[in-house]
Amino acid sequence: MTDRRPRGLPARLPVLWPAAMLLLFFVVPFGIMLAVSFFHQVEGGFYEPGFELANYARFLDPFFGRALLFSLWISVLAAVIVIAVAFPFTYCLTRLRRSAQVPFLVFVLAVLSLSEVIIGFAWSTLLSRTAGLSNLVAWASLIPRAQAWTPSFGALLMGLCYLGFPYTVLILYPPLSRLDPEIPEASRTLGASPLRTFFLVIVPVLRGPLLGALIMVFVFNLGAYLLPQVLGRPQHWTLSVHITDQAVFQSNLPFAAAMAIFLMLFSLAFIGLTMVLGGRQEAAR
Amino acid sequence: MNWNSSKTGSHPAAGRRQVLLGAAATGALAVGGLRSRPARAAGTLKVGTYGGYFKDSFDEHIYPAFTEETGIQVESIAEPTGDAWLVQLQTAAQSGQAPADVSMIAQVARLRGQNAGLWAKLDEAKLPNAKNLHEHFVHRYPDGAISGVGAVSWYVTLCTNTEEFPEPPTSWKALWDEENAGLLGLMALASNSFLLEITAKTWFGGTDMLGDEAGVQQALDKLKELVPNVQLWWRDEGQFQQALESGEIPMGEYYHDVTGLAASQGKPVRSTFPEEGGVLDSGSWCVINTSKAMDEAHVFIDYMSRPDIQAKLARKVGTSPTVKRELTDLTPEEFAAVGSDIPPIIPRYDLYLEKDAWISQKWSELIAG
Repeated sequence: MTDRRPRGLPARLPVLWPAAMLLLFFVVPFGIMLAVSFFHQVEGGFYEPGFELANYARFLDPFFGRALLFSLWISVLAAVIVIAVAFPFTYCLTRLRRSAQVPFLVFVLAVLSLSEVIIGFAWSTLLSRTAGLSNLVAWASLIPRAQAWTPSFGALLMGLCYLGFPYTVLILYPPLSRLDPEIPEASRTLGASPLRTFFLVIVPVLRGPLLGALIMVFVFNLGAYLLPQVLGRPQHWTLSVHITDQAVFQSNLPFAAAMAIFLMLFSLAFIGLTMVLGGRQEAAR
Repeated sequence: MNWNSSKTGSHPAAGRRQVLLGAAATGALAVGGLRSRPARAAGTLKVGTYGGYFKDSFDEHIYPAFTEETGIQVESIAEPTGDAWLVQLQTAAQSGQAPADVSMIAQVARLRGQNAGLWAKLDEAKLPNAKNLHEHFVHRYPDGAISGVGAVSWYVTLCTNTEEFPEPPTSWKALWDEENAGLLGLMALASNSFLLEITAKTWFGGTDMLGDEAGVQQALDKLKELVPNVQLWWRDEGQFQQALESGEIPMGEYYHDVTGLAASQGKPVRSTFPEEGGVLDSGSWCVINTSKAMDEAHVFIDYMSRPDIQAKLARKVGTSPTVKRELTDLTPEEFAAVGSDIPPIIPRYDLYLEKDAWISQKWSELIAG
């Protein structure tokens, strides 16, 4: 029998197209950014080609170290909170009748259509002293008078969670709706309470999608540069804000590129660590 | 942060003269009206101004009349704020492109572009109206060639919500007043807030002290005292304006022109020139060196330097003229609406060019507490 499957180049053609696109739109721009991060910034002018480590050396300053740590910290925190809220929400959602699920899904998708700008400004109004929710709380005599809840750490955290929530629901919805109902049923039959079933059966079964969602929301948060400006104080400005400042306001593309590379390396390391830890747990099971 | 319009940085009109004579108005007429009209060129010119209020105002009040008079079509381009546009122009120029032929450029960005040779050298003979401008608004390369011409100037003043502050403040010192804790909105960057200059003028007698790092450090130390008063360090005009109008953040530095416009629409805001003076900032017309419409660009810049057009800008857009005041037919009331006789604080643009990285770092550390 002759093997009729195409060999050589024809077999690889379908792969070449995405590979070329990846090369053109990801690898090349990334290469340019990497190169620029080593260029020389002319004080009072633009950058010029060169090779120097000065842009990376600026990181030794504790200021940017703090900004990096803060970025990682708030990104992780917001990601964990979002998963903690979105996972039970999605689980309950998938247990509803189809017709009852639709309005919720439409709502979640509708939130996705809002831009970061609108979300930021909406929250800054909602948390403001003059027009915000604190007026309701004050009206209910829980606090003496209305106060400004933004800009603050809490406001920023709230904004990031709001932004990440619909994405998380959409990632978790398919695996949760495919979850075989016999699994929780078996657990219940064997005498486990609903809570016990949820934490000891459903969560471990869906560890993969959960980890994926966690990483996605974390990376998403790390890239947020608008919410920290609108809802945070200067000490809450993430590294992404400083990158924007350098690129947009100081014309210092080499330093901005160096910071971007640095941020990317850190997030890759973080993702790698999460996956390794996840894999190790898997193996130990 | 470039989701809104904004203007950043520029040059100064020192020594305003309070002369307003009938003769001045006549002179303006002679210069503006009787000059020989440029030959009708049929080209198209791409002109960039800050997106938002500026672009809208120019689209409505300036470009149609310009096209009618010269036959040159204007393609209006919305520029992003800060140095972002400069970076885009620079990148485009390297590949021979010109996203806009003429751009309104803030002063730090203009100097940066000039240092890199990004601006086309302009022909003085084709800009007869440039002589109407204060000399410091005609920017030159070291060899004397014109690199840009002042377009509009504007003031950054102390603005307050009239309901939260029934009495207007009189001095920039109000920013340091402990009673105003948590009430202030200030600009987030050293190079557009000009707070170093304001501090130097208010507490140390002038901006000369900013000539060396020790002086800058002294101003930074003084600024540290006002940081607890600041509720919002803003980059976006819209964000602060909304907060100022609602009284959420009832005091801060803001643009005199836009505040005046908001007040005229019945919003409870006012702009005050403190006794130390408002900050006089400006934008200039620069032509990218890859432009193919050099003739049209000269016609446009010359047109914009006419006293009657500068007066029109003052009336319609609320900017302060870059031409000598006595050449315009602005009444004292009209002039007071766009400026002040208190000597302005002139930004030290050189500072943000020469000590760029050092200042931005010190500044970030300062405001982050």
